[in-house]
Amino acid sequence: MGKIGNEKKITISPITRIEGHAQVTILLNEDDSVKEALFKVVDFRGFEKFTEGRPFYEMPSITSRACGICPVSHLLASAKACDAIVGVNPPKTAILLRRLMHMGQLIQSHALNFFHLSSPDLLLGFDSDPAQRNIFGLIEKQPELAMRGIKLRKFGQEIIEKVAGRKIHSSDWILPGGAKWPLTQERADYLCANLPEALDSTQKTLEMYKKMLEGLEEEVENFGNFPSYYMGLVTPDGGLEHYDGKIRIMDKNGKVAAECVDPAKYREFIGEAVEPWSFMKFPYFKAIGYPGGAYRVGPLARLNVASHCGTPLADEELKEFKKLGKNGVVQSTFHYHYARLIELLFCIETAKKLLEDPEILSEHVTSKALVNNYEGVGVAEAPRGTLIHHYKVDPQGMITWNNMIIATEHNNIAYNMAVTQVAKKYVKAKQLQEGMLNRVEAVIRAFDPCLSCATHAVGSMPLDVKLIDANGRIVDHKVR
Amino acid sequence: MSVNIIKLKIDGVEVTVPEGTAILKAAKDSGIIIPTLCNLEGLTAYGGCRLCLVEVSGTPKLFPACSTPVGPNMEITTQSDKLKEYRKMAVQMLLAERTHICSVCVADDHCELQAMANQLGVDHVMFERNWSQDEIDSTHDFLVIDRNRCILCTRCIRVCDQIEGVHTLDLKLRGKDSQVIMDLDEHWGNSCSCTSCRKCAKVCPVGAIYIEGEPIEHTKKRDIAEFIVERRNRR
Repeated sequence: MGKIGNEKKITISPITRIEGHAQVTILLNEDDSVKEALFKVVDFRGFEKFTEGRPFYEMPSITSRACGICPVSHLLASAKACDAIVGVNPPKTAILLRRLMHMGQLIQSHALNFFHLSSPDLLLGFDSDPAQRNIFGLIEKQPELAMRGIKLRKFGQEIIEKVAGRKIHSSDWILPGGAKWPLTQERADYLCANLPEALDSTQKTLEMYKKMLEGLEEEVENFGNFPSYYMGLVTPDGGLEHYDGKIRIMDKNGKVAAECVDPAKYREFIGEAVEPWSFMKFPYFKAIGYPGGAYRVGPLARLNVASHCGTPLADEELKEFKKLGKNGVVQSTFHYHYARLIELLFCIETAKKLLEDPEILSEHVTSKALVNNYEGVGVAEAPRGTLIHHYKVDPQGMITWNNMIIATEHNNIAYNMAVTQVAKKYVKAKQLQEGMLNRVEAVIRAFDPCLSCATHAVGSMPLDVKLIDANGRIVDHKVR
Repeated sequence: MSVNIIKLKIDGVEVTVPEGTAILKAAKDSGIIIPTLCNLEGLTAYGGCRLCLVEVSGTPKLFPACSTPVGPNMEITTQSDKLKEYRKMAVQMLLAERTHICSVCVADDHCELQAMANQLGVDHVMFERNWSQDEIDSTHDFLVIDRNRCILCTRCIRVCDQIEGVHTLDLKLRGKDSQVIMDLDEHWGNSCSCTSCRKCAKVCPVGAIYIEGEPIEHTKKRDIAEFIVERRNRR
C-alpha cells in the first residue's frame, strides 16, 4: 500500500499463477474505498520489430518462441499466414494433423490452467494459506484429482509430440504449405489407446465442477460479471471452431454484431488502442469504438458465439451451459472455467474423430510453392482466444512488416473492468487481508492470460521518462 | 618417388606417418580426433577457426593442426586444460561475432558450431555479442545465404573452387567485416557463374547457406559432403 499525492493505492505485484508478469494497481478514494483498478503488464518483448528482414518461412519457428505454453497456436497462425504468402492449400492430411496437434495444445493448456493454476483457489479456498494454495497443496489434499490433471496435460503434450516430434517448440515439423512428415500407425495407435482415460478424466472433472459451482454463487455474480461483446472463430454453419472458419462478433444479447467471412480482413472490425501505463495493446470492436467496444475472447467467448460444438458429449454440455445466461450468452468471467472444461471434452472427442479419419495416415503432407503473394494473414483459436498473425514480405520472401494480435490482448479492456469489479466488491483497505487480493488475482487467472505472448510488440509504445537529480529537480523530460 | 616416413608422438602415442602430413590428419589416422570447424578432408587447409590448435613441445606457440605439417620426433599434445580454454574461447568468439540463435535457426540440431559448443561445455558467451543484421540473400531459386550465421570457415568458397571448379564464391573485406560474396559481389540470383550444384550448402557447418524448403538434415548429411571430396581425391 502506498501513496501518490493525495491518492492512495494498493499494488499486487507480481500476480501469481499466471503466465508472464503483471501487476494490478488499486486506486483508493479518500475514504479508502476502491476507486478503480488497473491491470498493468510489465513484460516487454519485441517480436514485431526484430522479425523484420527474416525469411517468411522462419516465422513459425521464431514467433512460436513467444510462448512455451501455447507455441502450437502460434505455429498454426503463423503457418497459415505463410500458406497465404505461398498461396497454396496444404494437403488434407496436413490439415488433419495440424488440427490434431492443435487439439493436443488446447488439452494441455486448458488442463494446465484448470488443474495447476486455478483449481487451488476453487478447491482449497480463496482464503486458504497461500503457501498451500498451489498444485502441491492440491496434490496433498486431493491427490486423485491432481493426478488426473497432470495426466491430462501429459496426454495433450503427447499428442503434440507424436504428431510433430517434440512436446514444446516442435517448429521443425510445420512448413508453409503443410507439414514435414506424416503420422505413423504406431503413434496413432498410442494416442487412440490413451483417449478413453482422458475422456473419463474430463467427464469426472466436469461433473465435480458442476457440483462445486453450487457453492460459488457469490463469485459467479462478482467475478467480472458484465456485458461485453464476444469474439471467436466459428465453422460456416456457426459451430465451435479452433483452426479455420470465419470470425464472429456477438453482442451481449446474443445477436451477431459482425461476421468476418475472410479473417484476412480482421482490421475492418478490430482497432487497437494504447495506454501509457501498460505494455499491452487494447484492441476494440471498431463499430463501437474505444473503450466501449470491449470484447472478450477465449473459451467463454467461443462457447457464446458458437451455436453448437459438433461432438455429441460436448453438445449436451453446451446446451446446459447456455442456460446460465440470457439468450444463451453467459457473461460472468468466472464461467471461463466451466467453458474451458467443456472445450476439453470437445477437444478429446475431436481428437478421436481426427484419429479415426482414414486419411490421417496418408503420406502426402506437403504442398510446395515459392512466394506468390506479398501479404498473408493467419488466424487460429489459441487456448486463450483468437490469435492473428499478419505478415507482409518483399519479392524474396523477407518480412517487411509484421502485426500480431494475441489472444490475451483482446481481453485487455475486459481485464480492467473485471479487476475493478472484484476490487470494489472484496477489497477493504482498512482491514486488508491476503484473501481479498487473491480474489483480484483469481479473476485474472479465470481469463488465463498469457502475458509473454501478449507483449510481443515494439515500436510506438508511449513512454514518459523523467530524469530527476538528487535534489529532486527535473533535469530532462522526454515524451514519446 | 619415395616418401620419407617419420616418427613422432601425439598425446604420448608413437605414430608413423609420411613427412609433410598435417598434424590433424596424422592424429586422425591414429584415432585421435582434434576438434575443427573449418577443415574438411579433401579441401585444402584454411586454418581459420583456430579450434584445432595443438601444443608442440619445445615451443610456447600453439599451432593449427590442420595446416601444420608433422616433423620428425615432434611431441604433440592435442588435449590439455589450456587448449580446452582456448577452444572454448574460440567458440564463444564465433558466437559473439554475428547473430547465432540456435532455437530459431534452420540448422538447429544439425549444426557443427552448436555441437562443438555442447561438446566443449560452452553454456554462455562471455563477450558482448555483435548481433549483426546483414541482409539475407534469397534471390537464388533455392539457395539462401544468411551471412549473420556465417563463421567465415570458407568451406563453401573452397568447395566451389576446388571441387566444382567454378569459384563463384569468394570473400570481400577483412576481419570481422568479411563477407562471402558471389561473383563480383552480385546478388546470388544474378550470378552468371553459379551452377546451382548445392555443394556450398552441403559443406556449410552452420545454417548460413541452406536450401529453401529442403529439410536441413538432408542438406547437411555429412556422408554426402564426404562423398564429394572423396571423388575429388580419387580424381
